[in-house]
Amino acid sequence: MAMTLRDIINKLLRRQRASASTARERLQLVLAHDRSDLSTELLDQMRREILEVVAKYVEIDVDEGAVSLETEDRMTALVANLPIKRTMTGQIKLKEPNNQLEENSQETEGTDQNS
Amino acid sequence: METDKRVILICSGKGGVGKTTLTANLGISLARQGLTTAVLDADFGLRNLDLLLGLENRIVYTAQEVLEEECRLDQALVKHKQESNLSLLPAGNPRMLDWLKPDDMKRIVEMLKEQFNYVLIDCPAGVEDGFKNAMAASQEAIVVTNPEVSAVRDADRVIGLLNTNAIKPVQLVLNRVRPKMMANQEMLSIDDVTDILALPLLGLVLEDEQVIVSTNRGEPLTLNSVNSPAAKCYLNIAKRLQGEDIPLIDPIKESSGFGAKFRRLMQTKIF
Repeated sequence: MAMTLRDIINKLLRRQRASASTARERLQLVLAHDRSDLSTELLDQMRREILEVVAKYVEIDVDEGAVSLETEDRMTALVANLPIKRTMTGQIKLKEPNNQLEENSQETEGTDQNS
Repeated sequence: METDKRVILICSGKGGVGKTTLTANLGISLARQGLTTAVLDADFGLRNLDLLLGLENRIVYTAQEVLEEECRLDQALVKHKQESNLSLLPAGNPRMLDWLKPDDMKRIVEMLKEQFNYVLIDCPAGVEDGFKNAMAASQEAIVVTNPEVSAVRDADRVIGLLNTNAIKPVQLVLNRVRPKMMANQEMLSIDDVTDILALPLLGLVLEDEQVIVSTNRGEPLTLNSVNSPAAKCYLNIAKRLQGEDIPLIDPIKESSGFGAKFRRLMQTKIF
């Protein structure tokens, strides 16, 4: 996400950020859905099924897994972001470095997200 | 660029973003440049183009009588008093919507093409039959939008439909631009809108109170108030439409002084 000098000053002053960036982000999201004709339920069902398939091969953090529609230049892409815990066969941990926090606290999920 | 016959749909999806005002001003500007131009009001439900052009009292026949062969095309066409290269074909009765088909619009436009260099179709709002009829008769399109979420979203719907119907080129006009709000990042920027909609920008039109004054009088700005900010924008759009290379103004750079410099600084992208 792009940040401008104004955004940073607003953040420091704990003011609301300028509304144009909010408008842009909301639009991008709503257009991705408009363009695909995919309802939220369908997208959610697809997300669950994709997670199931991937989960057969690698252990993934189901709560962290996100499948979303992103759009650029009128091209819409399905973007899946699936943090892997470790492979079924061995101890090799394939999780991305920035997800290490959750890895250590597998029992207590959803604590330190979006930091 | 060829000055051959061009049929251009002026559409937006959302109502009230400035389709009719653009049609009227573009019509005047093109006529001024010596091009014979017909403006066709395709909004049969809520016609207004006659009013913006100040021609409402001179309508005798409409597109309806032409289609029903109750009159000839030239009887229905209303020639503009000051700008004789411009003629309006008024929209018929709202009841026409019950039977009007895409082929009817095609027939009308074919007739107009025989006489005029440019046919501008003022499209009704929405994406239903009125829009589909108008689109069927068009070759290329101008999508008008405002830097607002609802207008951009609706424009996107329309662009999708234009693409699937092989209308091209499709170009964008960003209307009601407020430079100060853009500089303060309280309005979607030009780049935001063109990136999201992925269309080439034909031009932008600055917010201008004179637009209301001109509609009050029934005299488009490009007719008598050519120095108003919006009129200049419309004239540039007409020139670009003909292939002239007129650079786009950056609304933020247009404003000068310390305040503007400061606002530009605040816009600097840090990361």
